[in-house]
Amino acid sequence: MQVLYGRHHVRVFRFGLRLVRDEQIAEDLISEVFLDVWRQAGKFEGRSAVSTWLLAITRFKALSALRKRKDAELNDEAANAIEDTSDDPEVAATKKDTSEALRKCLTALSAEHREIVDLVYYHEKSVEEVAEIVGIPENTVKTRLFYARKKLAELLKAAGVERGWP
Amino acid sequence: MMALSKQMLEQEPGDIELLLPWHAAGTLSARDARRVEEALARDPELAKQFAVIREEYAETISLNETLGAPSSRAMQKLFAAIDAEPARQPSFLGGLSSRFAGFFASLSPRTLAWSATLGAIALVLQAGVIGAVLVKNQPGTFQTASLSTGDHDPGVATPPRALVRFTPEAKVADITALLDTYQASIVDSAREGMFRLQFGSKPMSKDEVASLMQKLQGEKIVSLAVQAQ
Repeated sequence: MQVLYGRHHVRVFRFGLRLVRDEQIAEDLISEVFLDVWRQAGKFEGRSAVSTWLLAITRFKALSALRKRKDAELNDEAANAIEDTSDDPEVAATKKDTSEALRKCLTALSAEHREIVDLVYYHEKSVEEVAEIVGIPENTVKTRLFYARKKLAELLKAAGVERGWP
Repeated sequence: MMALSKQMLEQEPGDIELLLPWHAAGTLSARDARRVEEALARDPELAKQFAVIREEYAETISLNETLGAPSSRAMQKLFAAIDAEPARQPSFLGGLSSRFAGFFASLSPRTLAWSATLGAIALVLQAGVIGAVLVKNQPGTFQTASLSTGDHDPGVATPPRALVRFTPEAKVADITALLDTYQASIVDSAREGMFRLQFGSKPMSKDEVASLMQKLQGEKIVSLAVQAQ
């Protein structure tokens, strides 16, 4: 278990943190995830990579944690995150810095869009693996990422960054 | 080509267009990767979009790398919870004989975990001894380019690091020459052919790091270079 934990805990933590946006909750999440793994080790059939299995459990636990928080509170938080990128005077100064703007807008995406972007780009999961983790058909995985990217482009445009797509 | 461009103008994603993010991440099958490569060579609009995707890919990695790691509290909490778990049932060890299963089931989860760790350490020590004997018998001496993969404390000024993916055509000699040129060392090897490199032994300013990343990205044998911790 220590080897498994040592190998995967940072990525599991980062995936959880991007979903719940709270370090304390994300830390609690990884303890719960690995405890579940300990309990269910016999059920792991090896049909998918261990990391895929871990991320699927993390996602389930993160969504459960999010459900415990009030929807209104979440909506306010999301709205604030987006407003911040356009109203903060510092953002205007960094408009020329596409990298900085991109990172801010990646953070401002919805949880659904953040998770698919992270799974594909950071966790380097294939279409099939993302479908398994998120529990949606493969075609939906592809179109969801496309629309997440479109949303990202809209946020960037609102922040004054034009990249020539779409 | 016309069909693809038309689809993009109408914002209706085509099959190949939908696969571009996975192509950037290097997670497509060989067949799909070839289809995407052929389409990119034919369609400049698609290639333009792919360049945008590579930027998103690099920044997503960069953003996640800045998130840090959990504190030791999470691990302590986990192992305290494992300690509190009831002893394992023999069925958990299905493949072993009932005699061995009975023995392992009688151990506490913590004991089992530590036994596994001790076993792993014994293997590493054994490998170390064999390695030392082999090295001792070598006529010349050499030094590897890798460093300890220990935690990179963001609070302490340290040399810059980057996640680098080399092109499939890159030869070992090319990579070695690049490491020499940049005074870089391989700190860690991630998945999908990504390597974590450390540059020099002194910290650099933000501008110097940005310039270094740009120069690195311009290298023929480098397909991706992203600043990392």
